Amino acid sequence: MLDKLRIPERHYLHEGHSLRSWLLTKDHKRIAIMYLMSISVMFFIGGLFAVGIRFELATPQGDFVTADTYNKFFTMHGIIMVFFFLIPSIPAVLGNFLIPPMIGARDLAFPRINLLSLYIYWIGGIFTIYAMITGGVDTGWTFYTPYSAAGSNSHVIPVALGIFIAGFSSILTGLNFIVTIHRMRAPGMTWFRLPLFVWAHYATSLVQVLGTPVIAITIVMLFVERAFGFGIFDPARGGDPVLFQHLFWFYSHPAVYIMILPALGVTSELVSTFSKKTIFGYSFVAFSSLAIAIFGFIVWAHHMFVAGISTYSAMVFSFLSFSVAIPSAVKVFNWTATLYKGAVSFETPMLYAYGFIGLFAIGGLTGLFLATLGLDIHVHDTYFVVAHFHYIMVGGAIMGYLGGLHFWWPKITGRMYNNFFSKVSAIMVFVGFNITFFPQFVVGYLGMPRRYHSYPDEMQVLNVMSSAGATVLGLGYVLPVIYFLLSLRRGRVAGPNPWGASGLEWQTQSPPLTENFVEIPIVTGEPYEYDHVPAKESHLV
Amino acid sequence: MTIFGIPIFPDQASTFAKDVDTLYFFILTVCSFFALTVAILVVYFGLRYRRKREGQTGARIEGSLPLELMWSVIPTVIAMVMFGWGASVFYHLRRPPDDAMHIYAVGKQWMWKFQHLEGQREINELHIPAGRPIKVTVSSEDVLHSLYFPSFRTKIDAIPGRYTELWFEASKPGTYHIFCAEYCGTNHAGMIGSVTVLEPQAYQAWLQGGGEGGTMAERGARLFEQHACNSCHLDSGQGRGPSLKNIVGTTVELTDGNTAVVDDAYLRESILTSQAKIVKGFQPLMPTFQGLISEENLLALIEHVKLMSPQASTASGQPAGATPSPNAPKPPARPGEKKQ
Repeated sequence: MLDKLRIPERHYLHEGHSLRSWLLTKDHKRIAIMYLMSISVMFFIGGLFAVGIRFELATPQGDFVTADTYNKFFTMHGIIMVFFFLIPSIPAVLGNFLIPPMIGARDLAFPRINLLSLYIYWIGGIFTIYAMITGGVDTGWTFYTPYSAAGSNSHVIPVALGIFIAGFSSILTGLNFIVTIHRMRAPGMTWFRLPLFVWAHYATSLVQVLGTPVIAITIVMLFVERAFGFGIFDPARGGDPVLFQHLFWFYSHPAVYIMILPALGVTSELVSTFSKKTIFGYSFVAFSSLAIAIFGFIVWAHHMFVAGISTYSAMVFSFLSFSVAIPSAVKVFNWTATLYKGAVSFETPMLYAYGFIGLFAIGGLTGLFLATLGLDIHVHDTYFVVAHFHYIMVGGAIMGYLGGLHFWWPKITGRMYNNFFSKVSAIMVFVGFNITFFPQFVVGYLGMPRRYHSYPDEMQVLNVMSSAGATVLGLGYVLPVIYFLLSLRRGRVAGPNPWGASGLEWQTQSPPLTENFVEIPIVTGEPYEYDHVPAKESHLV
Repeated sequence: MTIFGIPIFPDQASTFAKDVDTLYFFILTVCSFFALTVAILVVYFGLRYRRKREGQTGARIEGSLPLELMWSVIPTVIAMVMFGWGASVFYHLRRPPDDAMHIYAVGKQWMWKFQHLEGQREINELHIPAGRPIKVTVSSEDVLHSLYFPSFRTKIDAIPGRYTELWFEASKPGTYHIFCAEYCGTNHAGMIGSVTVLEPQAYQAWLQGGGEGGTMAERGARLFEQHACNSCHLDSGQGRGPSLKNIVGTTVELTDGNTAVVDDAYLRESILTSQAKIVKGFQPLMPTFQGLISEENLLALIEHVKLMSPQASTASGQPAGATPSPNAPKPPARPGEKKQ
């Protein structure tokens, strides 16, 4: 049966081959592909800076690059990875491609705005790359004042403007998703029949729309402070440098949930599909996404426990921070329960889902250490924090992104990638990641502060472990680029539903038609109904 | 603690270190339990319920309210224990005892400058006695820094324009790291130093050496004259500025009808931006000293002003209104310091 599968003659990739047909497209799938290429370039650049960082830290002396160069390395690494890779990653690529077919729509609600968001992202990226080429910026991705306002001699303004501009791209994507999910669902696709991937994106979009304007305002304030000397953050003129931190984290903490929530959504899809079983506690998993999005807005000052905030406000923010842990834990328990009495198979996407659960659990649990006031005083601003947020943002978000990409690659391209190498890559990423970042918990508790160009000799062994692990991790990331590209020509034809998954997106051909469906489907069943309806026909009348 | 000679756990050199580490191991145990439980279950279920044939599907289990409640409520209770324990350790960390010995630290790109009340000044090195609570008041001359003593398990940000403080009681003589934990520009990684904890006698001996220029307050008194503060702030109260005698800890009335408590922050503001708050009955005649006086000299000056208020507690750096205590040592004889 498999060799009878053919790539259909008509599909979205064949709808014109000219550059113009891509640059002026309104097809959410083509826009997603262009996002995929753009963020891959950004990931590569951000990764190069990480290579520089780990190379420098292999020895305790600052001997590979100068202190200024090193400071620019970690700053550019953070800015590019956070604002130009992680935030757009799953929503702009997988969300863009999949939300319409998942809910039975032909496109997003505002196809032109979708294209506009991509152009805005590019313009923001160009500002940032311009600043990088002309000398870079050295404030750290957090831009703390007064250093960013008056201390630094680097290109703060162009980079800040780049982030300001890219923020609008994120707002527009979020807005588009919210309207689409509200208005474009196929007949019968009720809220509680939505795939959990869509719920996660709905929660993410709320954060994007509500949070991003705050970072935009903050950047404008930093701009007028630096360019015109307004004094908002300058204590000599009655300003307050700590105010910047409040404003910055009011966005940047929720931004962590922009990165991780979609990955949680992907994992729910993967765990259910590869257990051939409905998700355990659907509504708890769905609402925990919303809970995380909402609680995420009221915990920002846990980044500031040693920044001179009062003892009692620190206690309030510590208490609230623990509240985020509960919905996160609920998700992990529900995934575990989903596996119980499932029919589990370990295809590559499932390996990523397993890796995700492991890394997200460690990342989430170490968050408890940081939310605990008495302990945070010691580990704040050390490598313990660096390890924690990499477990969430790299271990979690990138595992989710790669898992999703491996899962939907046959849908996106119509072809399968190499099975063996993709499994090798999943294992390398998991193992390499742990060798890289686990020692950082130890060296952090030992007291090594973050953003250090050189460090005391006794901390070398742990740092060498990190650098060695980063090599494995880096290779694990390069491998998919190779087999994904090879699969485009040589990959086995996947057919509409190679995993036997239940979602609507699998009921249409691979790659899909530009209009996604010949006829808009009518949904009659619950999501993830694997047990009594053959997957192929579920949801379709 | 070391493994194969590689340190993997920092020295426990303060009374907090034990509290913080105990809390750490408690959370580590709880988290390891949850992580292992999930890991074992996930792997076990994956193997036990492995798909055996094509087309096999899982059992129809949609969820369970009791289970959901159980794994929401139990983690909530555990999280509240962590919160409460953490908050109580933190509360202790934030409350210096009244009899703490006082040291001033100023962060500056890229060094830590320490001043002892007795007049000793150190850069990137700090000498302190073991077995005595020590309060460090921290400020910054330029950007944010963070004064971090990993072996004492405490840190606090140095914030320009503001005084912050931390305290600890070193328990074990030795030499330990001082780091700057808040990124502060080019040589952030070079803003490190060492704190030497001495036995009390050894510390007294150390105090004997150095300290030219007298105590901090004496240096402050000279600055008071150099900057001509004494030409307006007469003790009699007849000068163009208010008398500074016995004002620390009092509440003053301002021309705009508000009141202000005279503490470190008020004195600092009144010197640097003298027009901000004008005491009732006086003209805004005082020049601003912003940019004209270094953070260290400012601290010395404030120390001098505090000595003009012998009734108020010398435990400065706190809201003065909160500190006066009958047991507080009276200047100039600070406990066990000036006698030698």
